[in-house]
Order: sequence, then structure tokens, then C-alpha cells
Amino acid sequence: MFYRETGDFKTSYAADAQIFPIALDRWAFWLALAFAFLAVPFLIDDYWEKSVLLPFMIFALAAIGLNILTGYCGLVSLGTGGFMAVGAYASYKLMTEFEGLNIFVIVLLSGGITAAVGVLFGLPSLRIKGFYLAVATLAAQFFLVWLFNKVPWFYNYSATGMITVPERTMFGIAVTGPAAPPWATYLFCLVLLTLLGFAAKNMVRGRIGRSWMAIRDMDIAAQIIGVPPLQAKLSAFAISSFYIGVAGALYFCVWFGAVEPTEAFGINQSFLVLFMVIIGGLGSMLGSFLGALLLVVLPILLKNLMVDAAGMAPVLARHFEITIVGALIVFFLIVEPHGLARLWAMAKERLRHWPFSY
Amino acid sequence: MLFFIEAVISGLLAGVMYALVALGFVLIFKASEIFNFAQGVMCLFAALTLAGLILGYTPFAEILHTLGLPSTWMPVFPLWLAIPLTIAVMIGLALLIERLILRYLVNQEPIILFMATIGLAFVLEGIGDLMWGSDVKPLDIGLPSGASDWMLDSFDIYVEKLEVAAAVIAAILVVLLTLFSQYTRIGRALRAVADDHQAALSVGISLRTIWVIVWSIAGFVALVAGVMWGAKSGVQFSLSLIALKALPVLILGGFTSIPGAIVGGLIIGVGEKVAEIYLGPFIGGALENWFAYVLALAFLLVRPQGLFGERIIERV
Repeated sequence: MFYRETGDFKTSYAADAQIFPIALDRWAFWLALAFAFLAVPFLIDDYWEKSVLLPFMIFALAAIGLNILTGYCGLVSLGTGGFMAVGAYASYKLMTEFEGLNIFVIVLLSGGITAAVGVLFGLPSLRIKGFYLAVATLAAQFFLVWLFNKVPWFYNYSATGMITVPERTMFGIAVTGPAAPPWATYLFCLVLLTLLGFAAKNMVRGRIGRSWMAIRDMDIAAQIIGVPPLQAKLSAFAISSFYIGVAGALYFCVWFGAVEPTEAFGINQSFLVLFMVIIGGLGSMLGSFLGALLLVVLPILLKNLMVDAAGMAPVLARHFEITIVGALIVFFLIVEPHGLARLWAMAKERLRHWPFSY
Repeated sequence: MLFFIEAVISGLLAGVMYALVALGFVLIFKASEIFNFAQGVMCLFAALTLAGLILGYTPFAEILHTLGLPSTWMPVFPLWLAIPLTIAVMIGLALLIERLILRYLVNQEPIILFMATIGLAFVLEGIGDLMWGSDVKPLDIGLPSGASDWMLDSFDIYVEKLEVAAAVIAAILVVLLTLFSQYTRIGRALRAVADDHQAALSVGISLRTIWVIVWSIAGFVALVAGVMWGAKSGVQFSLSLIALKALPVLILGGFTSIPGAIVGGLIIGVGEKVAEIYLGPFIGGALENWFAYVLALAFLLVRPQGLFGERIIERV
């Protein structure tokens, strides 16, 4: 009725190729972005910042990264936690070695370093495929976490083995460290997420994204039509690791402020991000966001419901939470193996025909 | 030299324990092409159930207690009753998994099935804790423990009795499985399904029944592995992490080969022990977290399908 493309005429190729071809989508997107930039910073408080918005944005970035690798290029990786650790430790070393460097630059540089590490661990993907590769990426996961535990240079020989973020500012306002106001950390992450989100969306629509998808759908066929598998696979590993590294840097600098590798970047983190990508939708940018949102909000909701509302013992509630999250994952996979993004697309399709479904 | 032999023997025996877990993976992967990540948690669940029954824990005691219902009415089961009961529970679990999950995911992509088993692992972990509590339980079913005096006296080599027992039991298990799959009707059906799903269906083998049987057998193998590991270090959550140890064994041996799982387990076990002793002091120890993976990765670069895996043939 109101969700129509009728009458929405495109008069140039640029207009035809835009990300949201339907006017209503476009408006909704810009409105949401304006709300996120202009309204949320005034409404945000400590609780929303630390437990909902920052985790959502950081995991959305990590999920975009993993989606590029797994969803678009078809290479399953279980090393996400390890690569996030690389981002975090790279940002820590950069911050402490180069005092004057801007935090924005530091975060991007940590992404770059992670990309280099990612390419290194991506090399076996040229020869190994499928689950064998997934298990091989576990080597990266365990090796990297072990490295950051064992080599004191990475944590500047601190007695606890933890890394703690020093305070860094943007335009005179602290964005890292305990003194940073919620709106500043929020905006810092949001700017990065918006920039990198657009970049990723355009990459997967462009030549490089098509070469990834060709490799994913059938690598031998792709090779025959002239897609170089070496470049496609390694670029997917590099760009995916860049996003995951940025997410790891933000996770450490902005969200937690102090981390210890085994807990923060363990194998569970890898699975969590993989869940987000699969529940959100493999090979879908929107899916990365939806998956991150669901898996960040769901445990909070469950906890509020069981501990605060029903008065359950926290330990018992924790066991219930694991069970329910697991059951929901299975449930979502059964209902729609292509993820929330597909559900959303189907809902929009319905809406286009509503109320006359012929 | 003696020290080296001791390291190799203890590595071989540890490898048998890894192989026991890997065996469950291979069984399920062969029959249904599902990479069952929940195998480790199944070991934990089986061991928890057995320990809970022997120690007389009441299932869901905490919930019953919260609801104000009586929560200490379970008798202490003798071992000869507890083991069949646990096997029955694992078979029931296999039925439920087929009924509630696998049935709806037929013909999905392998990654979806893999994720479903991770979800299943979460569910089992949660239910295991809810049912039996999350405290560390001792599991004593009368397996020998301590050092073998005979080996110590005559060769001056330290060998753990429990690990020898594990090796013997693993050998018996493999022989039983081989006999079962070679000489029984169901075993033949299992091999047919592993060979070709379509052809097996067309001669009247019910895939669903086969899946239930395979998951039950994997549950039984999980019980054996869980008991071994539980007897070694108590039944606790970290038991489910041995699945992560079994993964390099799998890629080394190939996902589809039972001898591969055994040989892979032995190679990984020995490699890990020897590396820990001779390489560990130079680079800071705690190698066992990742060494197995790197070893397996090195093997994979030479043989992408694992040592004994089926040759990967690609067609356009």
C-alpha cells in the first residue's frame, strides 16, 4: 500500500545502482542514521553504552568482517577471537610506543596489522577447504592467544599479564579510559562503524566482492572464467581481518579498557561471532547487524527476565540462559537457515503486495 | 633415552584418549556428513549422568529445590545398573536429536548442520548443569590407577595404569565396532549409508533409523571416552573441551576414517608430549594448546584430505 517502487523512476545509472533502490528504504535508513548521530548521544547513559550499544556496534563490525570471509568468500573461520586479540594488542602496543598518535589512526593501523596477520594465516586456505580449513583456523586462534599470554613484550611486562588502556582524546574529549563520557565513546564507535559499514557494502557490491562470491560458489569454475583464487582468497582474509582487528581494538580500547587474552578472546568469542553471522544471514550486510543485535540483546533480556523478574538464583539462570540460547540457535536454523536477513526480505516482499496479494 | 621412551609411551597413551573422542566424530561424519561439534559435550553429559547416578544425585535438584519440591529422593545406583541406564539415556538423547533437530535439517548445507550441533552443544551443556549441578564430581568405577609397578621395576619407566586400561578398552571398542559394522545387518546398512545416501535409500534403508543408531553408537563411544577422562580428572565442565583436542586428530586422520582417528590420535599424542619436553623450555611452555593444530596443519598442507581421508575429487 505504502511500500511501493511504482513511480520511483531512475534516470541515471548512479540512481539505479544505489544501495537502497526503493525511496522508502532510503528515507528510513537516513532517518535511522540521523537518529543514531543526533538523538542517541543526548539520551545515552552508562548502562546503555556499556551493555547494549558498544557491544552491538563492536560485534557488528566483527560480524561484518567474518561475513566477508565466511558469507561472501565461503571460507569458514573459527579464528575470530584470535584476530580480535591481534587488533587489541596491536592498538595497545601502538598507543604505548607512539604516545602522540591519534586514537583514530591507531585503531585503523591495528586493523592493518591484523590484516597482515590474517593474510599469513589465510595462506593454507589456498590448499585446504571446508571443515579442514575451519579446524586449521583454530590453529590461529589458539596460537595467537597463547602468544599474547606468553610473550611479555606484548603486555609491556605488566605483572598481571593484563593490558590496560591509557587515556586518549579526540578533539580534546577523552574517548578511551575510565574518564571517557558515554556519548563520546558511542560516537567514536558509530563513526567508525558507519564509515567501515559503507566501505564493506560497496566492496561486496563491487568487483572484489563479485570475485569473492564467484570463489564461494565454485572456486574451480571461478578460476576458469579468470578470477584469480590467490588474490580473491587472500584479499578476503585481509579485509575480513582488518574489520575484525578494528573490532578487537575497539573492544579493548573503548569498551573494556582492560583485557586478559584467555578470557576476552577465547574460542567462545569466535563462536559468538560465527553465530551472529549465521543467525543474521550468511552473505548479507544487514544480517551482520541483525545477528549482532540479537545475540547482544537476547542474553540481557533473558537475564532481566529470569534473575530480576522471576527472582532466580544467578547460577541457575546462567545455566538456563546457555540452554535457551542454544535452543534458539537450533530453532532459528530450522525455521530459516538463511538467517534473519532472509526473514526481513520476505517480510518486505509481503509488504510490497499488501493488501492485494496478487 | 629412557626419558624419551617414557615420553613416547605416555604420548601414545594420551593419544588413545584423544582417539576415543575422535572416534565419535568419525562415526557421525561418515554416516550423515554432519560435523558434530557436540561430541565433546556428549562425553561430558554421559560422564555426568553416570557419575550422578552412582553418587545418587537427584536430577534437576536445584530447580526442584527452588520450586519447593522434594529434591533428595534418588537412590544410589550400583554400577551394573547405572551403566545400562546411562546408555539408555544416551539412546534417548539420540532419538530426541533425530526427532527435534536432524529431521528438520535434512539436505541443508554442511555449515548449517555444523552450527546446529554447536547450538546442541550449548543446550546439552546447560541441561547437564541443570540436571546434575556444576560441581566437580569424582568418577570412580574401579579402574586401576597410579603407576604400573611392573613397568617401573623392570624397565624403570613410569606408566599410568589408568591410561593402559584406556588403551585396552579403546582397542576392545574398535574391535567391537569393526565386528559390528562387518558382520551384522545394521552394520552393513551403516556402511551402505556411509557409502552413498541415495543408493542406500533406494534399496530400502531408512536414513532416519540409521541416524538414530549412529548417534546412539556415538553416544556410547562418548560414554566410554567420558568415563576415561572423568576417571582421570573428575567430571567437570572442562571435559567438554576435549572435543577441541580431538579436532586436530580428525584433520590429521581424515574425517571419514576410523583407523585415521586412531593413528591421528597417536601421532598427535606423541608429537605433543615430545614437543612439550624438547621444545617447551625454549619458547615458554604450555604448548599443548596449539601444537596439535600446527602439527595437523603441516600435515594438511601436504595431504589436504588428511592421512586416510577419501580423496577429494572436484568437478565443475
